[in-house]
Amino acid sequence: MTTQLPPGIQLEKVDDRIMTLNVGPQHPGSGHMRLIIKVDGDYIVSCDPDPGYVHRGEEKMAEYRNYIQNIPHLERPVIHDSSNILYPYCLATEELLGIEVPERAKYIRVIAAELNRCIYTLYWLAIYGIFLGHSTMFMWPAGDRELFIDLLEAMSGARVTHAYLVPGGVRNDLPANFEERCLRQVDYFEKRIKEYQAIFYKNPLLISRTEGTGVLSRTDAIRLGTTGSVLRASGVNFDIRKKEPYDVYENLDFETVVMKEGDSYARSYVPYLEMFESCRIIRDAIRKMPKSGSVRTKLKPNPKGGNDEVYKRVESGRGALGYYIVSNNRPEPYRVKISVGSFRNLICMPYLLKGELLGNMPAVYWSLNYWPVEADR
Amino acid sequence: MLKEFFNQETAPHATNVLVGKLGDILVRAVGKPLDYAINWGRIWSLWPVHLETACCSVEFGAASSPRYDVERFGIIEAFGSLRQCDLIVVMGTITRKMAPRLRMVYDQMPDPKYVIAMGACAITGGLYFDSYNVLPGIDGVLPVDIYVPGCPPRPETLIQGCMLLQEKIKRMKGA
Amino acid sequence: MHVTSGKNQADEGCIAMSSENEKDGQPSETAVASSEDDKSISKDETKSHEEKSTALSSDTPVSQRPVPQFEKSISDKIASKFGSKVSVDYVRANRIRVSTKKEDISDVAYFIRDELGYDHAESVSGVDYPDSKEIEVVYHLGSYTDEKLATQVLTLATRVPREEIPNPGKDSSRMTSLREVFYSVEFHERECFEMFGVYFEGHPDNRRLLLPEDWADIPPFRKDFKIKGR
Repeated sequence: MTTQLPPGIQLEKVDDRIMTLNVGPQHPGSGHMRLIIKVDGDYIVSCDPDPGYVHRGEEKMAEYRNYIQNIPHLERPVIHDSSNILYPYCLATEELLGIEVPERAKYIRVIAAELNRCIYTLYWLAIYGIFLGHSTMFMWPAGDRELFIDLLEAMSGARVTHAYLVPGGVRNDLPANFEERCLRQVDYFEKRIKEYQAIFYKNPLLISRTEGTGVLSRTDAIRLGTTGSVLRASGVNFDIRKKEPYDVYENLDFETVVMKEGDSYARSYVPYLEMFESCRIIRDAIRKMPKSGSVRTKLKPNPKGGNDEVYKRVESGRGALGYYIVSNNRPEPYRVKISVGSFRNLICMPYLLKGELLGNMPAVYWSLNYWPVEADR
Repeated sequence: MLKEFFNQETAPHATNVLVGKLGDILVRAVGKPLDYAINWGRIWSLWPVHLETACCSVEFGAASSPRYDVERFGIIEAFGSLRQCDLIVVMGTITRKMAPRLRMVYDQMPDPKYVIAMGACAITGGLYFDSYNVLPGIDGVLPVDIYVPGCPPRPETLIQGCMLLQEKIKRMKGA
Repeated sequence: MHVTSGKNQADEGCIAMSSENEKDGQPSETAVASSEDDKSISKDETKSHEEKSTALSSDTPVSQRPVPQFEKSISDKIASKFGSKVSVDYVRANRIRVSTKKEDISDVAYFIRDELGYDHAESVSGVDYPDSKEIEVVYHLGSYTDEKLATQVLTLATRVPREEIPNPGKDSSRMTSLREVFYSVEFHERECFEMFGVYFEGHPDNRRLLLPEDWADIPPFRKDFKIKGR
């Protein structure tokens, strides 16, 4: 006897040994996506990521809006890293429209981008802490990131969705006494994040769950085309801020953080060390910044792009972030493609989780520095 | 009246009537305080579902951070099962792929359950009003109790929304 | 029941920012100059803007940039190897664009990987051209291993035929997958398949990735797919 099944539901043949687990979209360790995991006992046999739960069609929407109207919705994929996701869009649009950016605006952009990178990394670290059952590591970074959110709120007026970078510069000048306040907060911030070493990175609980799990070798990291902290944790010295400096990064003093191990521990340690470099960049940029001057080049209303295409990339919190914009003499872009670090790192997931313990899945998954909303666009 | 109790045939019916009337009196006397007591328990232990749907989850995370600390108001950062939850905060955009899952999650929660629509996308579709993959608000999927506007709402706004929900629960029927 | 917080002035500012093109008298205490800027780009005030147009930047780049030497040497290598099979579209600082026929793309990709040292793909994007009935598939290639090529992004483009009524996977919009050459294109090509309907032959996993399971419309990034209200 066969019962009538509801449409869209299929019976699956049950294997005694291999079991299929749907991790997500409602799961404490999944984020906004689903991982279809097959387990044999406690070991993962295969993993098939199923993203797209937040696919909002940003690229299609961008074809119907002009270059200025595109700013607010293009920053929504990563609202806690909004300066960095707008950065390549501004660079690309400036090249298409032939706009020169004032010197002071370039420094302000770098400061905003680095502050935002810290905010992003701390949020990511907070979630990493709670994925591993470490509640203190949720509370500390989530509280400390409010310092830099305050700074960016003073700069732009909004808490997370700043829309601060615009083609031609930044939207408004820095508030009064910003430099002093920023330096003071950066000093305090650096003192705070040094304490994370003791409670998190030297914690035996973290070490036993992350050291040696999900090892990505150097050749594999290159072959899979990974980017950002995942790549640098596997021993490849590649940071777009150093290799292809945009705006004023070539004048600033910082170093690329590289680790050789390639396991989850290294992948979670690299973004943490990069926050110290971000602090260095902010201090240096404030010192070298011109003290006055214009911060925004005026655009014509409805600027047209010419018959051209451009590809610009920057280093965001999650790795390389590129915008490919094709224009055809219209105020709207003809095609916008956002090449995001999260989507490029997604490909690691099936390879790293194979043969791993199921309990280590959240530790490996979130160490990939993956933000599902950005990957889906 | 009393005779009916001693009559063999009418005694069961008369007993039933008496119990029913006593019950009415009891509900009137105890019901209101009981409602209050049950709702008081519900107000201070709202367990939200851990279902992130879009970027507003960043601000939801910030709301449970030390600065805003939504746990003061009894909204506990829940990492438990759906069977323990009685509040679902829809954090942002619902896409066509997510909508059936959202309904499935809601159906698995035990009664009573409350819905907060957080952010412009969950209310009307927001910035994504013309996107091909985004629902224009979640009203067609879930019955919403509280709308919290903003893109994304500040944590203070979310906290105020939660407090309004608590006010609403106070006036609801307990059982 | 709507919630309004007394403290969310910044949020209101955020919303006002979002509609930068509408006429907004957004109050800004911090900088007067910025609000002037906001007005100057708004659509409605075209007239007042034309008067001071001298200070504005032009729409298109004015001067042609000089051709950089290192990039020229790379493009020359490709051009001398394949001759008329490839065409070098432009050579700019750090960016080269090479386009080829879809039959030759595999050979060109092997040459780029083995001889020139590009080792990964950054993105695979499609561009729809309904007028010429073609879909362009664009690969952005980069290199991690070669120190000199770190700044370079090589754009490899090809065109596949486009059909009026698409039938993804079964019509003539198909090309050879580059997954054998650049392993990292796997998910990018899957995305391109569902968004444009270009079938990649030899790709092991041409399944749906981002769109809902019950998507029954034409691939959404084609130009003839109109979004609502537009």
